[in-house]
Amino acid sequence: MINVDKKTKLVIGIVLAVWGAMTIVPFFWMILAAFKTNAEIVAVDQNLLPEQWTFENFSILFERLNFDVYFINTVIITVLSFIGLFLNAMAGFAFAHYDFKGKEFLFLMVLATMMIPGQVTMIPVYLILNQIGLTNTYLGIVLPSLTSAFGIFLFRQFFSSISEEFFEAARLDGASEFYVFFRVALPLSTPILAVQGILTFIGGWNSFLWPLIIANDQRYYTLSVGLQLLQGQHASNHALQMAGAAFMVIPILIIFIALQKYILTGFDISGGK
Amino acid sequence: MKSKKAPYFFIAPALFLLLVFSIIPIFLALFISFTDMSLAGLADYSRVSFIGMENYSTIINDQVFIKSIQNTLFYVVFGVPLVILFSMTIAILIKLGDNKFFSMMRVVFYSPSITNIVAVALVWTFLFNPSQHIGLLNQFLAWFGVGPVGWLTDTDISKISLGILAVWRAIGINMLIFSAALQSIPDSMYEAAELDGANRWQQIWRITIPQLKFSTFFVVVTTIIGWLQFFEEPFVMTDGGPLNSTISVALFIYRNGFQLNNFGYAAAGSLLLFIAIIIATLVQFRIQKIDNK
Repeated sequence: MINVDKKTKLVIGIVLAVWGAMTIVPFFWMILAAFKTNAEIVAVDQNLLPEQWTFENFSILFERLNFDVYFINTVIITVLSFIGLFLNAMAGFAFAHYDFKGKEFLFLMVLATMMIPGQVTMIPVYLILNQIGLTNTYLGIVLPSLTSAFGIFLFRQFFSSISEEFFEAARLDGASEFYVFFRVALPLSTPILAVQGILTFIGGWNSFLWPLIIANDQRYYTLSVGLQLLQGQHASNHALQMAGAAFMVIPILIIFIALQKYILTGFDISGGK
Repeated sequence: MKSKKAPYFFIAPALFLLLVFSIIPIFLALFISFTDMSLAGLADYSRVSFIGMENYSTIINDQVFIKSIQNTLFYVVFGVPLVILFSMTIAILIKLGDNKFFSMMRVVFYSPSITNIVAVALVWTFLFNPSQHIGLLNQFLAWFGVGPVGWLTDTDISKISLGILAVWRAIGINMLIFSAALQSIPDSMYEAAELDGANRWQQIWRITIPQLKFSTFFVVVTTIIGWLQFFEEPFVMTDGGPLNSTISVALFIYRNGFQLNNFGYAAAGSLLLFIAIIIATLVQFRIQKIDNK
């Protein structure tokens, strides 16, 4: 990279530090507000830190506002979305290591689905799920976004880089194709499983559009949908809203900071090694 | 010996789901867009009738739909260049620094991208609060004797406010794509340029930025598609208001489909959006090709 002297480096460091601080101010503000009372937030005299740290906002969310139900639903949906991860891995493996009739065409079809925006499929998918009676079910919420073309593509890229010999050896020992996939291919793919697993978790935890459309019964709402309701029903209770937002955001931030090493390297689109 | 059937077993579940939830719906949407499908039709299919192009001829004269296109274009025209400029600048600055502190900054800049959009929209609604006691931004401006600004209540400013949030969220992932591309520029190119007496600016302009061409193309296409589908921010923060100043095409479709239950009409809008996305992508591919000649 370009050589920079110490002084320039310091200037760049300061610019980035200020810019970075501005980037995360909203999170700090959210966390501080979540532990204040609403009266303190709307008061004329403002303190940066809460006068008295309170957990009241969180207890209101969970004891009076069904956030316990939303939380369980979100966990169930996140767990179910991991099925999609295995389906993607399986398809990616087949596209990378087998020759079969129609392979090129089918793979192109998979890639083409990346272009289709959710807004176009939203209405027909709702009608389909409604027709087969899957509205207001966990399955209905999870199914539309279970597999992803991009996920299949990334798994294919990864498996292409693994030598065929690994799998041949297992086959010579008489292993079935399923054994080859589950016991040889999957263990070899831990790096990409880690990245995709984290992204699946984040995607499931954050899922909003399908729960919003498919669930019209409160019993199936996820945290995102519940949070969006807060804005309508408790519009002036800022403390409560920030507590809800903090509960959604903080776990993800913690996981992200802990696992950043895996996530930050997962975006090389050029496929260079 | 490799089994002939195994690959089909492996791809079947994923492909079946893509077929049912991505590909068939496109054709269904096309079909629905020529009907007057509504809530009544949903309960009893015999009450759905074909109305030909009527949905399309109505929608292109619908003032709200036209407004939503104008707003979406505004976001594309201003949002895309800003996202590219900021994410590329940050990626280059981080690369120039190249030590622990600078790597940590990547985590900082990426954090908005992974957080829940509804939560983040609520946080920004709070920051944008019009009161000088409650809204952080107006508190800050009050120090300088400016404001209060109606971030989400003023029809001229609301679009910009949502834009700020969306740019803030979009920087992270695009910065990572640029960062990955920066890693693959060989050091020898810079060394050669330095021997020829090129200064730092010249090296950035003549080597770094041209080498980022492919990733810039990728970021432009994905960012345009992203803005065309702009939905959660206006849905949560303004519901498209005030006076439709922040309504997007995606929100228009959602509102007509799921709040007004005009499925046929909404499907017509969604297909127009799909065509716009295809055209935007093809134009980008075209430009990229001309550039490479």
